[in-house]
Amino acid sequence: MADAYPTTWKRPPQIVTDRRWRLALQIGVVLYLVLAIGTLEVDWARVAAGLERGQRFVMGFLTPDFTSRWIDIRQGLIESLTMTLTSTVIGVIISVPIGVGAARNLAPRAIYYVCRGIIAVSRALQEIIIAIFLVAMFGFGPFAGFLTLSFATIGFIAKLLADDIEEIDEAQAEAIRATGASWWQLVNYAIQPQVMPRLIGLSLYRLDINFRESAVIGIVGAGGIGATLNTAIDRYEYDSAGAILLIIIGIVMVAEYGSSYLRKFLQ
Amino acid sequence: MSEITHHSEVWAHRTPRKRLVMWLGWLALVALFVWCWQVMTENTIWAFVADAPRQAADIGGRMVPPRLSYLPELMVPLWDTINIATLGTLGGVIMAVPVAFIAARNTTPSQHILRPIALFIIVASRSINSLIWALLLVAIIGPGILAGIVAIALRSIGFVGKLLYEAIEETDARQIEAVQATGASPAQVVSYGIVPQIMPAFWGISVFRWDINIRESTILGLVGAGGIGLKLQASLNVLAWPQVTVILLLILATVVLSEWVSARVRHAII
Repeated sequence: MADAYPTTWKRPPQIVTDRRWRLALQIGVVLYLVLAIGTLEVDWARVAAGLERGQRFVMGFLTPDFTSRWIDIRQGLIESLTMTLTSTVIGVIISVPIGVGAARNLAPRAIYYVCRGIIAVSRALQEIIIAIFLVAMFGFGPFAGFLTLSFATIGFIAKLLADDIEEIDEAQAEAIRATGASWWQLVNYAIQPQVMPRLIGLSLYRLDINFRESAVIGIVGAGGIGATLNTAIDRYEYDSAGAILLIIIGIVMVAEYGSSYLRKFLQ
Repeated sequence: MSEITHHSEVWAHRTPRKRLVMWLGWLALVALFVWCWQVMTENTIWAFVADAPRQAADIGGRMVPPRLSYLPELMVPLWDTINIATLGTLGGVIMAVPVAFIAARNTTPSQHILRPIALFIIVASRSINSLIWALLLVAIIGPGILAGIVAIALRSIGFVGKLLYEAIEETDARQIEAVQATGASPAQVVSYGIVPQIMPAFWGISVFRWDINIRESTILGLVGAGGIGLKLQASLNVLAWPQVTVILLLILATVVLSEWVSARVRHAII
């Protein structure tokens, strides 16, 4: 009789509870890994040769050289920072009407679809791909980068703003409507106070993202610190590259702490 | 009962003092914007900007019709791209788990030495885009898929590590205490008290990051780290715009598909 009861406790599965599914998943994962690693072509001799270079990079990172390329770094930083600020401001200004238009509880159906379409297009494409095209159209330099970041900001802010407007407390909007307020007054007195703290928070967050992105789009010619970094790596000047990376990390950290502090202060 | 004598006839949302501060804030922002705009556009050649609509029409005209016969050639790079994202996510998650446990306040072995190091790893990994990691790795270990995988993995540490350590910090302390009360060793506490609580979050985060990584791995080829980006770079270099259209459409389809898969999986888990 005793063997009818299990004598040891076994941890029950948490995610996939069906035994057959679990087995199928495990076999599938192993099969995929075998296939994927099988098609991996790695030139181990090149990797081994690169390790020495990697060591040099780590050394460069530990002993960064801020001085010898300082003029280039300064120029790149100025471009990146100005690009970040202007694109965030313009992006937010454009995305506010689009966000309001993409909120189902505020906009008529036709406008809703148009605005959601704009958001989808802006979010679907990678910043770097947009940057390639805008550099081709507007020429090299931070102006193309500014346009890229503004475009990317629209999708981000407008979507989150629209979702936020859709989730507001209807009772407050109802109360304002009951006073006979017009649509503008409704937006101004019922919607805006509810979403403003979050909009400011999102804008600060996007400022942070835009700075990080501005470090990347320089690789395809859209100006900023990314261009300087690309040049430094192409010249194998790992100590300058290390310095640039440290500056980027430092600014991102300052921006992150600063924006979280500012958000707390504003709310 | 004292009477309020200094009230205004018209209701206003804010006090005058608050309004003044707000206006000054906005003024400062506008001034900063104008200044930044002038610094940024100092070297802009406006003739190129004015020329942009013509250029756009030109490129747009060259991009259609897409050269669909190019599609079969893209299948191998697409497989590479998916491998970069998947293996990179795998590597990133494996590295992120110990970092997350060290960074979480309730599981860290040392508050003052290891925790700040783990937090720095997370910030450093998060603030450097995968394209920059790829740029470095291509220079170090040579062009190819491996550089892409390592770049994606290094970039994923920060994202997964941050979300995971927040999940660990939010675990229910009572369950951990219950496991401790049975006389479990620290390893057993982690295994039976914490792991079951963060499991759904862990899978959710991993799948979410995989979805982001699919997106990012499509462009890593631009700096030589393998995948479909290599084909994009090659086509752009020879100005083969009909091929560029095909590649972009394929990237878009892949991204939409991976987003759908990740949304389904996350919905099933959480």
